[in-house]
Amino acid sequence: MIPPAFEYHRPQDVASAVQILAEQGDEARCLAGGHSLIPMMKLRMAAVEHLVDLQDIAEMQGITTESGTIRIGAMVTQHELITSDALASAAPIIREAALQIADPQVRYMGTVGGNVANGDPGNDMPGLMQALDATFHLHGPDGARDVAAREFFEAAYMTAREDEEILTAITFAPHAKGYAYEKQKRKIGDYATAAAAVLIEKDGMVAGNATVAMTNLSDTPVFSEAAGAALTGTSCDAHAMKAAIDAMLNDIDPTEDNRGPVEFKRHVAGVILSRAISRAWDRA
Amino acid sequence: MSKMHIKLTVNGKEEELLAEPRELLIYVLRERLNLTGPHVGCETSHCGACTVEMNGKSVKSCTVLAAQANGAEITTIEGLGTPDELHVLQKMFKEHHGLQCGYCTPGMITRAHRLLQENPNPSEEEVRFGMAGNLCRCTGYQNIVKSIMAAAAEMNSAKEAAE
Repeated sequence: MIPPAFEYHRPQDVASAVQILAEQGDEARCLAGGHSLIPMMKLRMAAVEHLVDLQDIAEMQGITTESGTIRIGAMVTQHELITSDALASAAPIIREAALQIADPQVRYMGTVGGNVANGDPGNDMPGLMQALDATFHLHGPDGARDVAAREFFEAAYMTAREDEEILTAITFAPHAKGYAYEKQKRKIGDYATAAAAVLIEKDGMVAGNATVAMTNLSDTPVFSEAAGAALTGTSCDAHAMKAAIDAMLNDIDPTEDNRGPVEFKRHVAGVILSRAISRAWDRA
Repeated sequence: MSKMHIKLTVNGKEEELLAEPRELLIYVLRERLNLTGPHVGCETSHCGACTVEMNGKSVKSCTVLAAQANGAEITTIEGLGTPDELHVLQKMFKEHHGLQCGYCTPGMITRAHRLLQENPNPSEEEVRFGMAGNLCRCTGYQNIVKSIMAAAAEMNSAKEAAE
């Protein structure tokens, strides 16, 4: 399987990349790690006339954790997320989730920016970024703008990013404790049957602010505000856990596919969320 | 579409060729450079038979465009050992029956090579996790894991002896 012919571009900075996108319109696509796009091109499910490879753009690389904000360049790979000690202490949920994505070879190539910008409901980073209340930084012909992760995902493969815009970086506040990313998958390399990102801040003996986001249980990641609210002010006991799961089940809308029927997915979603809440609370 | 000039350093040797940007790295290696060690398995980035090392990363070369690899340093199984002088991983796969039909073996060994560079002393669980991107339909993996553990021990004792 070989992709159809295309013109290849490898710009050196964001401005040149945006210019190519603006000139070529919807015939151009950005290439990050390529492990979602190249398979789709091989299958002729993605038609690309101009491929804009972002690998040389220095401004889209690197992880910084200074002055209370974590910034991850969009071209940072899953492997780099996993091996960053600074990230592991400032936001360990990132490493926990990245280790559950695909397999080692794919993680050397797959990027955090590709994972969120692709808009695939099966990707793990979108829900995680919603739980972290991350901000996505976009660059287009009219300049830069920011979109909250919780506002970014519109439908499967449809996001707030315009065709001629590039997602260049992600920022969020540190969250060192009270975290868990729990994922049920059929085998290594599979997308989630259900996955949950949970962050809980401890306020004395009870949970303070708590956030819950679910992966692959709707056509977008599901940020369940009600599930988080059900945990706040509780000791995450069985009663609170049940309330959070009931709230989450109200917000998801899974469809039947080869990972199972709707009823099964709802069951797995509940189990996964309860595990994630227990683990996050233990670590809070 | 026009062909582009591609420069690669493969197993320490500089190579220059003209290729269409859509050509996949695995075919450039196999069909233009005659390096038939890396195999075409599933062609869908699942099986790992096409694994090579690119700029210090293990990659599935069926899902890397030749254009993306332009300027890169590549190591294939041919760069690790020769029939007369096997790499320690090759020796251990031979000794511990880490292969049967042999189709997945170049990818297994190239991946294991990078794994041991990053983690010279892995536990069995770490070997299994680190090798999860490579499929084998013959061995049931037991002897592959054994071979890699044995190679790690051998490499570590050689390193100690040298110090």
